[in-house]
Amino acid sequence: MTTFDYAPALESRTIVTIDPQYGHFINGSFTKGSNHFASINPSDETVLSHIALGSAQDIDTAVDAARVAYESVWSKLSGKERGKYLYRIARILQERAREFAVLESLDNGKPIRESRDVDVPLAAAHFFYHAGWADKLDYAGMGNSPRPHGVAGQIIPWNFPILMLSWKIAPALAAGNTVVLKPAETTSLTALLFAQVCQQAELPAGVVNIVTGDGSTGAALVEHPGIDKIAFTGSTEVGKAIARAIAPTKKKATLELGGKAANIVFEDAPIDETVEGIVNGIFFNQGHVCCAGSRLLLQEDVAEEVLSKLKVRMAKIRVGDPLDKNTDLGAINSSEQLLKIRDLSKSGDDEGAERWSPPCAVPEKGFWFPPTIFTGVTQAHRIAREEIFGPVLSVLTFRTPQEAIEKANNTPYGLSAGIWSEKGSRILWAAGQLKAGVIWANTFNKFDPASPFGGYKESGWGREGGRHGLTAYLKDAESNNE
Amino acid sequence: MKYYGLVDGTEASLNNFLKSLPGVDQVGAEARAAMLGTRSIKTSSKKKAIDLAISMVDLTTLEGADTAGKVTALASKAVRPDPSDPTVPSVGAICVYNDMVSIARKHLDLVGGSHVPVAAVCTAFPSGRASMAVKIQDTLDAIEAGAGEIDMVIDRGAFLSGHLMDVFEEIVKIREVCGEKAHLKVILETGELVTYDNVRKASFLAMLAGADFIKTSTGKVAPAATPPVVLVMLEAVRDFYQITNKRIGVKPAGGIRNTKDAIKQLVLVNETAGPEWLTPSLFRIGASALLNDLLMQRMKMRDGYYASPTYVTID
Repeated sequence: MTTFDYAPALESRTIVTIDPQYGHFINGSFTKGSNHFASINPSDETVLSHIALGSAQDIDTAVDAARVAYESVWSKLSGKERGKYLYRIARILQERAREFAVLESLDNGKPIRESRDVDVPLAAAHFFYHAGWADKLDYAGMGNSPRPHGVAGQIIPWNFPILMLSWKIAPALAAGNTVVLKPAETTSLTALLFAQVCQQAELPAGVVNIVTGDGSTGAALVEHPGIDKIAFTGSTEVGKAIARAIAPTKKKATLELGGKAANIVFEDAPIDETVEGIVNGIFFNQGHVCCAGSRLLLQEDVAEEVLSKLKVRMAKIRVGDPLDKNTDLGAINSSEQLLKIRDLSKSGDDEGAERWSPPCAVPEKGFWFPPTIFTGVTQAHRIAREEIFGPVLSVLTFRTPQEAIEKANNTPYGLSAGIWSEKGSRILWAAGQLKAGVIWANTFNKFDPASPFGGYKESGWGREGGRHGLTAYLKDAESNNE
Repeated sequence: MKYYGLVDGTEASLNNFLKSLPGVDQVGAEARAAMLGTRSIKTSSKKKAIDLAISMVDLTTLEGADTAGKVTALASKAVRPDPSDPTVPSVGAICVYNDMVSIARKHLDLVGGSHVPVAAVCTAFPSGRASMAVKIQDTLDAIEAGAGEIDMVIDRGAFLSGHLMDVFEEIVKIREVCGEKAHLKVILETGELVTYDNVRKASFLAMLAGADFIKTSTGKVAPAATPPVVLVMLEAVRDFYQITNKRIGVKPAGGIRNTKDAIKQLVLVNETAGPEWLTPSLFRIGASALLNDLLMQRMKMRDGYYASPTYVTID
């Protein structure tokens, strides 16, 4: 038998320059910053740079800069002029796409194939899309001349650093707000590179401010009285804390939180593409996806066939160096996250579910977890209820379509769901029954700037993307909705 | 067991079997094929892949203008694709019209290519529009002239009008004619079947009827061997092996003109049917121009620079 081993095909990292230390980006220039902490490459644990820990003072300076920029420059520009800046940023993101992709893979651990083909092109697409809205806000369904809120405080997660940044900054700027953004503690580097893009695009000083740091920095941002609107993507736990913190204030908020999506496979599904969709649903981005299809619901009469094909397919998943163009599954983002995945997986073992992973060698250094499925899972297992946020799939079965819907909806979350069936009427029926903000039919994890994204129940408030996402950054002039 | 015990030879059982196959989602199949197209094959694995691809080429000439001269030149090239480098393997077979078979066979034997089989296109290639008697005679002629492989076309008209049993019976008949003397490749002409559901259905139909290989296209209709079509066929042979324990070969033909495309095909094989299919006895690439591009890339890997095309023989 011929073996066809793919030789390593490494993307060169020489295209990126990483400074040994970074400060914050406030009022158009970089500060020195203080209390620096190390930011590491999760695939080999080497130190990439040192990131400043933003203090309440740093947040204060940044919010002031954003306020001045809002009042003196950005709110006075016409939509058409704002759009020009957004188009410029979008084009620079495209021009520097490879640089962003390599840096993202180094910092986050995700495969270069994904940062190159998904994250960075989508980030640019979000700026292009919202650039187009900037001079058409009168037609956003918010009445004539809807107005921006003012200064937006934005907190983004580590799973899609540059993409989440663009989801936040592009609509805010298009609508006429200025922003203070805090990237995640472990993945600040592409946000800091984006700060350089703002300089390159000659964006007026103070319109975009980036303050790095940890949860305390984020809390300071949320609590700052100069913030008019909060946009947060992250865990439900922190989302609840934010909701509590802003309850007595006039601050508006959109929260994009956790999920435990059901991926439902009916007996008439296109089996081979379904298997691809299952793999893409849970192993895309190492499962670090809030809308990941982490609960697989199989109709009992096809369960065996789907599982056996899924195992064959999982054995083909290439785990390894994120910069290798042939890698499918990269590194877990942090040791902390790895511990959480291990802990929840162990609960699966303890509670009697059956664990399976294909034989796969993982590198010695760095944070790694093999693609894993648990079969024999029921609704009562922790791994069927709690978000694992890793490459771990819980497999459940059902007998009738009604049962599938009941199980799918039996969760405090409601971010996304998947339906696999060749029968159009069944897809439409199921989509109407599912309590989830995003429903994919015969596909999974597809994103587009024009499509609103967000959750039901504890998966969040509001939508991002599309016209719906834009309205979160506008207030209705006529109803004077302050 | 006849028809692998999966159908009993009646129209009802054939129709039931083919209807029970799961559908193919077009978007998903195309996305998977495109993703596999992004695999990056470099250095040592590229070198191996090029030699493997050369050994899988069914070097083809199927022109009205074919002559003995053209066919003998092709035969010489098939045995020693690069006369300056004896480490280059012979191709998988040469593929010609059936009146050229004896010329090809004789010349191959003459130049030390007795190991290279001759494949003949039969059954009123490329359209398949002739009586059964003519199709049988066509096949008999080719085998008698020394063809070791028969590339038959299916009756696409019958398939598209739902007369699946007619298509099945034709293949069964030609299989009987081939007997042990010739391998049977069944050309589905996927460009005329159009949908991936049809490709999957036709693949299973051909395998049940006794095909040794399923082949995408005649090369006379576009689109031909697109990656998603080949993906669906590779899934079919993989699934068929799961049921029957018998490995059927796959032959994409038409439109694969350069090394990059050929390597993409090998990646599809490796990650869909599996590495067991990475052998000329289970995977062939029907092509003419492809061979020279493979040779050029091979020279580039050996010498470190691109040679002038004059260093590669034209036929």
